[in-house]
Amino acid sequence: MNALIISAVLGVIMMFGSTLLKQKNSIRALATGGMLLLLLANLLEMGGIRFFQVELKGMLFFDQFALVFHSLLLLAVLLYIILAAPDMEKVGVNYADYFALLFFILCGVAMVLAFKSLLILFLGIEIISIPLYILTGSDKKNLKGNEAALKYFLLGSFSTGLMLMGIALVYGARGTFSTLANPAITPMNLNLLIAGMAFLLFSMAFKVSAAPFHFWTPDVYDGAPTVFTSFMATIVKAAVFVAFVRLFDELFGDFDGKWRLWVAVLTAVTLFIGNITAVFQQSVKRMLAYSSIAQAGFMLFALYAMNGDGKEGLLLYAAAYCFATIGIFAVLARMKDYTFDGFNGMGKTRPFIAAALAVFLFSLAGIPLTAGFLAKFYMLKAALAVPGSAWLVLFAVLMAAVSVYYYFRVLQAMYFREPGETSHPEFPAYFKWVLGAMAALVIVLGVLPELLLGRLYF
Amino acid sequence: MPVINYIYIAIALFSIGVVGVLTRRNAIIIFMCIELMLNAVNLMLVAFSKMHQNAAILAGDLAGNAGSDGQLFVFFIMVVAAAEVSVGLAIIVMMYRNIHSVDINFLNRLKH
Repeated sequence: MNALIISAVLGVIMMFGSTLLKQKNSIRALATGGMLLLLLANLLEMGGIRFFQVELKGMLFFDQFALVFHSLLLLAVLLYIILAAPDMEKVGVNYADYFALLFFILCGVAMVLAFKSLLILFLGIEIISIPLYILTGSDKKNLKGNEAALKYFLLGSFSTGLMLMGIALVYGARGTFSTLANPAITPMNLNLLIAGMAFLLFSMAFKVSAAPFHFWTPDVYDGAPTVFTSFMATIVKAAVFVAFVRLFDELFGDFDGKWRLWVAVLTAVTLFIGNITAVFQQSVKRMLAYSSIAQAGFMLFALYAMNGDGKEGLLLYAAAYCFATIGIFAVLARMKDYTFDGFNGMGKTRPFIAAALAVFLFSLAGIPLTAGFLAKFYMLKAALAVPGSAWLVLFAVLMAAVSVYYYFRVLQAMYFREPGETSHPEFPAYFKWVLGAMAALVIVLGVLPELLLGRLYF
Repeated sequence: MPVINYIYIAIALFSIGVVGVLTRRNAIIIFMCIELMLNAVNLMLVAFSKMHQNAAILAGDLAGNAGSDGQLFVFFIMVVAAAEVSVGLAIIVMMYRNIHSVDINFLNRLKH
């Protein structure tokens, strides 16, 4: 609850900041300080210190899982703001407003992580989505950005409509929006519930860009300003995934098997389309968009397995994926050339940045000693606990092998090609330090995952 | 009139909305169809709310506030829909300023 209220207040403060503060540096400092405060408040709540006593009527419940996840995402956002804030200047003139929108999105993130009522789920997803439509279109003169914003808006609100239909049908069957209640379902209402579940499954698959509902993702991620693509592809996606898993766990956990096959098909199709299409991309930004679809395929295993290992795996996966992707996007946002050739010879000209990028790419590909490997391992282990899922696990391993190809194309460009004509940008010292810290974090989590997972249990 | 009729109307409106989104090419008409979908859901929620209330009264709960949360949800949908309209129309206007059209067939620059 701390983080939810403080992020809403910070959003309002940032909106006023746009008129009161003229210096870009002071706006940036305010946002970074606010983010630090937010992270601190959430960590204090994990320790049992609550600033606000609000009667929530059982609609929201901040349990340990939600709080740990939220702290992780807030840390990722803090690092994101430190790395990417200077790049937001290039997007447009409303510098402080972008931060305000980011804080409002974090408010929605807090809601979807802790919802216990479908009303809160709906509001949280909308509070995340509506600012994102604006951020996607924030580069007003850029036609690609306009197009991405319109596409994202139309498809996003369409999927919201589907989600609402699902919620209405589930309400018809259950008579309550609370996910905690366990009402008796009559056989006639069972059909309503199954139809509602199908709508919810499709619309949430839309939101997390699982194939075959992924077609908006590459266009939107490619067209949006790179700094905001980074935010969309990591923090928002991880938060919506938690909502997805929670929703199905709490609402449909007891009619086992009925939806599991659908999720298995979604997972297989997502892994296949994400990985195979990523191989053929020429632009690193677009490759990362497809890679985010492929990684969503792995995260769907948490939904498929629906057990303790799956939840631990989701936490670790979110950490590995968010840190690595934010790092790569932060470097990409400063590059002049977004193709693979743009990275040519970076190992020689910018050795430190190239080494950090290499760690991130190893983690995304799932090479041992990085967090990405253990995250994939936990996911597959969780899935194996479900009888009859060996084929899916084998398929996932095969697809992870395919993913090595396109991640290593960047590595190959950095280390085995000569620098081209376009020079690489200069990176300031603090950028190097933060990027190095993130790479270290990815390796530490890969060796000692208990540091993060242990937080779940006390 | 039994509740089921309202549910049929809601399903019909929702289907019209979905078909409209999938077939029309004008961004504003697609947007109207999305609003139609949301309003179909509103109708459905109110119908279900009434249905649960009747069931509760039949079961002996005469306090009569069973099912009221469905009607409450409708207000939230209206608020969110209004927020979406403001953002959506802003995006469509921004698009129109740049390409002087709201036809989504123009949305193919991102395809390679």
